[in-house]
Amino acid sequence: MKLITAIIKPFKLDEVREALSALGVQGMTVTEVKGYGRQKGHTEIYRGAEYAVSFLPKLKIEVAVKLEMVEAVIEAITSKAKTGQIGDGKIFVTPLEQVVRIRTGEIDGDAL
Amino acid sequence: MQIFKMNRACIGALAGIGALVASAGAAFAAAPKIDTGDTAWMLTSTALVLMMTIPGLALFYGGMVRKKNVLATLAQSFGATCIITVLWMIIGYSIAFTDGGSHNAWYGGFKYFFLIPMGINATSSLAPTIPESVYMCFQMTFAIITPALIAGALADRMKFSAFMWFMSLWLIFVYCPIAHWVWGGGWLGSLGALDYAGGTVVHLNAGTAGLVTCLMLGKRVGLGTENMAPHNLVLSVIGASLLWVGWFGFNAGSAVTSNVNAGMAMAATQIATAAASLSWMGAEWIIAKKPSILGMISGAVAGLVAITPASGFVNPTGALIIGLLAGAVCYTSAVWVKKAIGYDDALDAWGVHGVGGALGAMLTGALASKAINAGGAPNGGWLLDGNGHQMLLQFYDVGATFVYCAFGTFIILKLIDLVIGLRVSHDVEVEGLDINLHGETVHG
Repeated sequence: MKLITAIIKPFKLDEVREALSALGVQGMTVTEVKGYGRQKGHTEIYRGAEYAVSFLPKLKIEVAVKLEMVEAVIEAITSKAKTGQIGDGKIFVTPLEQVVRIRTGEIDGDAL
Repeated sequence: MQIFKMNRACIGALAGIGALVASAGAAFAAAPKIDTGDTAWMLTSTALVLMMTIPGLALFYGGMVRKKNVLATLAQSFGATCIITVLWMIIGYSIAFTDGGSHNAWYGGFKYFFLIPMGINATSSLAPTIPESVYMCFQMTFAIITPALIAGALADRMKFSAFMWFMSLWLIFVYCPIAHWVWGGGWLGSLGALDYAGGTVVHLNAGTAGLVTCLMLGKRVGLGTENMAPHNLVLSVIGASLLWVGWFGFNAGSAVTSNVNAGMAMAATQIATAAASLSWMGAEWIIAKKPSILGMISGAVAGLVAITPASGFVNPTGALIIGLLAGAVCYTSAVWVKKAIGYDDALDAWGVHGVGGALGAMLTGALASKAINAGGAPNGGWLLDGNGHQMLLQFYDVGATFVYCAFGTFIILKLIDLVIGLRVSHDVEVEGLDINLHGETVHG
């Protein structure tokens, strides 16, 4: 099992969710986050006072999947979240040791 | 009674006549006639002007501060409204708007302590066609918003206790005398200075107090290094819009009657406000490359401020000129002058209200028109009627208000500072006023 964590542009969420649902992904967690990468930040001006905003709002989505789904999920996120502009985000894939469904106590593949 | 259809800027002359009429009225056992149209409009205006402070000003300022201080900022407008209402009832109205006898040039009398003489049928010689209860409340709403405006300069760093003392003392010792000078029968009104609805009494006065206050408090912690961007400009846009709508009560209500002057004041107000908003937006668009909504609402408020003293005296073209100048001049003061000199007028109480009020007062002298308001401005203004002397009178008004207010504000703040201190501690300021001063925060 792998945990796929993707940082995406907020307005891309619906497309990504639909694509993952179509692949059979049963659930995901979404968090509003702030950060920066190559896009850096931007400048805001209020009555002449300039403020550098270093951390831009993004969404972090987390999906736990079986090993055989990993490539398809990455492909789906990459194609749907991509605008071609700087700041499209990143995908991190990490090993997942164990998954437990709290209601039933099912574990691992049955819990996904 | 036609003479009483004049606006209150000529009240200096009216006060004496009013007293005569009052005594004559007693002799004939006929109470002054209440005009239902006037009364209905003044009841409405009073509600509109109160709405300018709560929630208008509260939201306008509240949206511009950081999230940790939004409730404290709202509390300032709301607290000021309440304390000033009570003080106005106890003594404020008496000092500002009743006859002071031998000292009438400087401040009014004390007979209206607790409004005791104000019976159900009472009228004021300053507004003889409406109940005095309505006139007292109408003027109260001006007395509320003027000190509340100062909060823009002291945002993010003043103790709430010090703020409430400041509002109280400033009302009695600065606002009430100046209101009396211009509107209550005092020396500036008698001299012939024109201030239709409070360019100097309200806006220059509050702006000057704001400037003195921010100089005495010092800069906010982190100014220039931390992000102090407004936390929610949606609130500010709602607040500014409520101010704009409420301002019809402020300016058109200052006719104190429901008549032609009220109508023209309303037209002038709308025109100048829109023009000033475009003017600020345009200046910003050229210089900073983008037209911001904060710029648009700031310009609108600058226009409202600048047209305030002129609203009942100028024609629509005059209003347009005042608006266009107000937007650009206040943009310059709030954006460039503040930065160049370095005082921390956090939300630009001086930059918009002080500068806009003084500009409006001088432009009133330039653009007032006898054709628009022969009763209120019998000699007219400089450009349309050739009355250059009016510019001098307006300058006296601006100068006297600035000097007295600056001096009075300084003394009051010094006293409060000695007794309880003005400013919150460094840690309280950094963590935020909401949680530390009021024990609550905005969630979500």
